[in-house]
Amino acid sequence: MTTETHDISPKHGVPDWLWYVGVPVVGVVLYLLYGQLIPFSEWVTSLFPVARDSHTGEAIAFFFYDVPKVLLLLTGIVFVIGVLRSWFSPEKTRAILAGRHELWGYPMAAFLGVLTPFCSCSSVPLFIGFVSAGIPLGVTFSFLIAGPMVGPVGLGLLYGLVGWKVATIYLVFGFSIATVAGFVLGKMHLEKYLQDWVRELNAGPVGELAEERLRFVDRLKIGLEQVREIVGKVWIWVLVGIGIGAAIHGYVPEAMMLKIMGGEAWWSVPAAVVVGVPMYTNAAGVIPIVEALLGKGAALGTTLAFMMSVIALSLPEMVILKQVLTYRLIAIFIAVVSLGILATGFLFNFLL
Amino acid sequence: MKTIKVYGPGCKRCAATEAMVKDAAAKLGIEVDVEKVTDAKSIAMAGVMSTPGLSVDGKLVHAGGLPDEAKLESWLKG
Repeated sequence: MTTETHDISPKHGVPDWLWYVGVPVVGVVLYLLYGQLIPFSEWVTSLFPVARDSHTGEAIAFFFYDVPKVLLLLTGIVFVIGVLRSWFSPEKTRAILAGRHELWGYPMAAFLGVLTPFCSCSSVPLFIGFVSAGIPLGVTFSFLIAGPMVGPVGLGLLYGLVGWKVATIYLVFGFSIATVAGFVLGKMHLEKYLQDWVRELNAGPVGELAEERLRFVDRLKIGLEQVREIVGKVWIWVLVGIGIGAAIHGYVPEAMMLKIMGGEAWWSVPAAVVVGVPMYTNAAGVIPIVEALLGKGAALGTTLAFMMSVIALSLPEMVILKQVLTYRLIAIFIAVVSLGILATGFLFNFLL
Repeated sequence: MKTIKVYGPGCKRCAATEAMVKDAAAKLGIEVDVEKVTDAKSIAMAGVMSTPGLSVDGKLVHAGGLPDEAKLESWLKG
């Protein structure tokens, strides 16, 4: 294997050993920086001519604590996930799922949806690739729901900013919604609502691509590439999200939050879903807002419903899927997933 | 003359891949005809599930993410 890969390695660039030394060193440095976040944010806040315990002071401290924290967490998580995902590919996932008509094809699809790297811009070819290989429509939906909903970036940030309990609840329920919604959609026999040309493609071709042999250092490079691409893309959402979170943290009175998003207001769960679905941001942008909402006493169920509907259902993705699904199928898809989110929201508001 | 097809709905990385192909071909002095395939149906029919995908003379060689520069050159030469 080494002789083979040697031929195609570029002669220029960083030698392998530097990767193996550099990655842990950078990891340790980031970890040490992570420990300095509170002194850093307090120091920055002290530079502003405002009282630390005023509304503005609170908002500033929140902002300068959360921005470096989220960016550091995001970098670490995206790197680790990027490396992990290099062992998975849509092609492999399809081979695993093809022909799985039995019940546990659904949770398996949801699980693989979390680990398979794919971007929303290729969800149409992916969808067709799955359906044409004989993967049941419902199983395909489980995969497509789980991917964005239980994204590792969102989970990691939730863990870092809000805590492991909420992160675990989110993981379990996000996963369950993807599994159950896929199952329900599968039982509804919706194949007739695919766009005509997709149905005709059913015995479609399977592109065979030789699996690339990667050395571990190649996986590290993939991880770094992911960091560059994802952090480079979402940082602006992170700033906006934390800005909104900071404003909530500093200025919104708790009494008002309890009235609007408290557990007593039953209508707040559907309202959160209605507001959340058309909102387009990603997990990195919405979780700082979630952190601030929960900190101000918003009910967990309502907040979960809001977060799930923002992350899992987005209008741009529906526009992309319009190429393969009819409006009717898209509407059913949104309805089933929203019902799952509503149920989760109500359950937690009722339990807590 | 080699026929290269770049499969992708028109995201940033697809354009980058196209540019990489042209650069590599110019560098190696190989004549290529680069065609962009943006239609979802044709992408799927070619068996591409993650974009950008790349085929050389009808043979699919790559799918998902930017191709490695060294590998790209070996595909163009081969």
